[in-house]
Amino acid sequence: MHKTIAEHPTLADKFNQDEERVNWHDETLWWVRAKRDKAAHTLPEWEDLRNLASQIKHNVLSNLSEYLIQFEENALKNGIQVHWAADAQEHNAIVKSILQKHGVTQIVKSKSMLTEECHLNDYLQEEGVEVIDTDLGERIVQLAQEPPSHIVLPCIHKKKEEIGELFHLHLGTPAGNADPQFLTEAARLHLREKFLTRKIALTGVNFAVAETGEFVVCTNEGNADMGAHLADVHIACMGIEKLIPLRQHLGVFLRLLTRSATGQPITTYSSHFKKPRPDQEMHIVLVDNGRSRQLGRKDFRNSLKCIRCGACMNTCPVYRRSGGHSYHNAIAGPIGSILAPNLDMKDYADLPFASTLCGSCSNVCPVKIDIHDQLYKWRQVLVKEGHAPAAKKAAMQGMAFTFSHPAFYRMAGKTGKWFMKTTPFMVNNNFNPWYKQRDMPEPPKESFHDWYKKNRKENGHG
Amino acid sequence: MTVGLFIPCYVDQFYPKVAIATLELLEKQGLQVVYPLNQTCCGQPMANSGFEHLTQGCNNLFIQNFKEVDYIVSPSGSCVLHIKDHLHAEVGKEEAAATHIRKKIYELTEFLTDVVKVENIIARFPHKVGMHQSCHGQRGLKLSQMTELVADPFSKPEKLLRMVEGLELIDLNRKDECCGFGGTFCVTEEAVSAKMGKDRVKDHLEHGAEYITGADMSCLMHLEGILRRQNSKVQVKHIAEILNSYA
Ligand code: SF4
Repeated sequence: MHKTIAEHPTLADKFNQDEERVNWHDETLWWVRAKRDKAAHTLPEWEDLRNLASQIKHNVLSNLSEYLIQFEENALKNGIQVHWAADAQEHNAIVKSILQKHGVTQIVKSKSMLTEECHLNDYLQEEGVEVIDTDLGERIVQLAQEPPSHIVLPCIHKKKEEIGELFHLHLGTPAGNADPQFLTEAARLHLREKFLTRKIALTGVNFAVAETGEFVVCTNEGNADMGAHLADVHIACMGIEKLIPLRQHLGVFLRLLTRSATGQPITTYSSHFKKPRPDQEMHIVLVDNGRSRQLGRKDFRNSLKCIRCGACMNTCPVYRRSGGHSYHNAIAGPIGSILAPNLDMKDYADLPFASTLCGSCSNVCPVKIDIHDQLYKWRQVLVKEGHAPAAKKAAMQGMAFTFSHPAFYRMAGKTGKWFMKTTPFMVNNNFNPWYKQRDMPEPPKESFHDWYKKNRKENGHG
Repeated sequence: MTVGLFIPCYVDQFYPKVAIATLELLEKQGLQVVYPLNQTCCGQPMANSGFEHLTQGCNNLFIQNFKEVDYIVSPSGSCVLHIKDHLHAEVGKEEAAATHIRKKIYELTEFLTDVVKVENIIARFPHKVGMHQSCHGQRGLKLSQMTELVADPFSKPEKLLRMVEGLELIDLNRKDECCGFGGTFCVTEEAVSAKMGKDRVKDHLEHGAEYITGADMSCLMHLEGILRRQNSKVQVKHIAEILNSYA
């Protein structure tokens, strides 16, 4: 099932066919980034908070096994059933076994990027289980049979007219009505019926507290609470990196999370789940799926500090102009590009190259992940592991030779002709990609080197 | 003190005027400037494409060219950043020279403000100018404050531009958005790169720029390519050319 590499440029090119849409996508996300800036700048202690959060996560990553054991012990004491999943398959099988035990074939689910990563919806659908996503954005992409394009704003790539059309088709709203208020109301009614009738609710986890064995789920719509409170069984699925040591650390992360995500001071609902209510069952599935492997990669382990706020996507000038789906991975954008190669180097070899290394992502990241440095480092790893296209490799070797031999470089560069064909930034000896939308610089009469030899003879040496 | 002038390959080939302006500007400060004739490329295009392991030849050459000067100055933030972050010697004994180079290499505007501590510049450029903050210079070398951070603003290139008589610096909607050049990114991700460049140009045009300037010629080359394709009259000028002009 291996795709060929260099997917991102092709998908991004497709996205760019509709320039109006690109403008709209870019501006919408820039607006969110601007809101984030405003929210961050109201806190003079913002950079201190980021440092603190980064250090807390550093501690977690350095002692992950101890915190996991502590969390399990406390969760069990609280009456939560704890499951461990080594990978996506195990995670999906565990969820299925809980559903089977209760003879349930319909569930409601609140937003969880982990289940996207594990492709749980597809899996359950094949097993004959109906899954209804209850986050409004997730429900919309689910109706459209698409994956989310953003981890916080799953349907940010869709215009309201398109949503109106989807609702008309699936929920029977009047054709042509794209009024957001009206559509939200229609979705609410549609979801209310699901909440009331489904016996099992699945949620993600934003933070799990080792000290208390509880977990916190943050939503703006209250849909996780609706699902979990009405259902007989609550299944929460989390990546093992979601742990924090102490409850008091929540104060740091909850202040950072939504300010970074949407510019809100705090999520509308930050719900703590500690133990099942009487007659309710509560399960938590702790999922590795490559995380311990990433933990072992010194250069990339910090990527596990991520709290999934999406700020790096909103600020990423490439993401804004290529859309989430161009990353062909559950997690898009800069953070997805450093997480994905850990899952599969061949499939995701293109992603660390889908960046200009501008560094804006590292600056907005509330837990100070060195995202753009990791992108650079992944490139080195991927090339060494043999995932570079042959033509690129040949071009690079040619350039390395030229630039190591000054006389050859000067000869080849005479009047810039050689440069016109194979300038260092133009791989594959192919000049067209530059020329498609840009003119080339006009080659001057002489290079600076030649000018200098003529005009600064007294200094010439060599 | 001797200043070694590092002129990146594409500036040498396509923008000798920028190199000349840089040289003259440094000479005007009374500095002794040398241009080692055996220089080629910093190796960044290979390294950023994942081929850092092929850059040793470039590194060796760079060390030989520049190990004896007190400072190295270049009109290209991203090349400077590459040397600062990634230059290493092949053999042990040269590592001291490599370390010296990594510490003493400066982008032109930071050299002028931080080392030479220029307080005034005799230059005249009576035009509306937009300043493109190149990412590697800004976020890598910290030539100016980054909008993402909660911290006091400053800008080394702008400080210099404000010394130029008649120059009017325009505001931009997005002060430090990337232009999309990104080295090989500009061809491997042609669609996104060109779109980013077009958007960057538009921001300047909407604010009435007659010139777009910056401290990294590679970004300016990309923006120039777009302006020319649009038959725009707006021109790009490297900051060295503006600081060295008497229009
Ligand atoms: S990497 Fe940082 S900015 Fe990006 S989603 Fe994770 S926490 Fe947020």
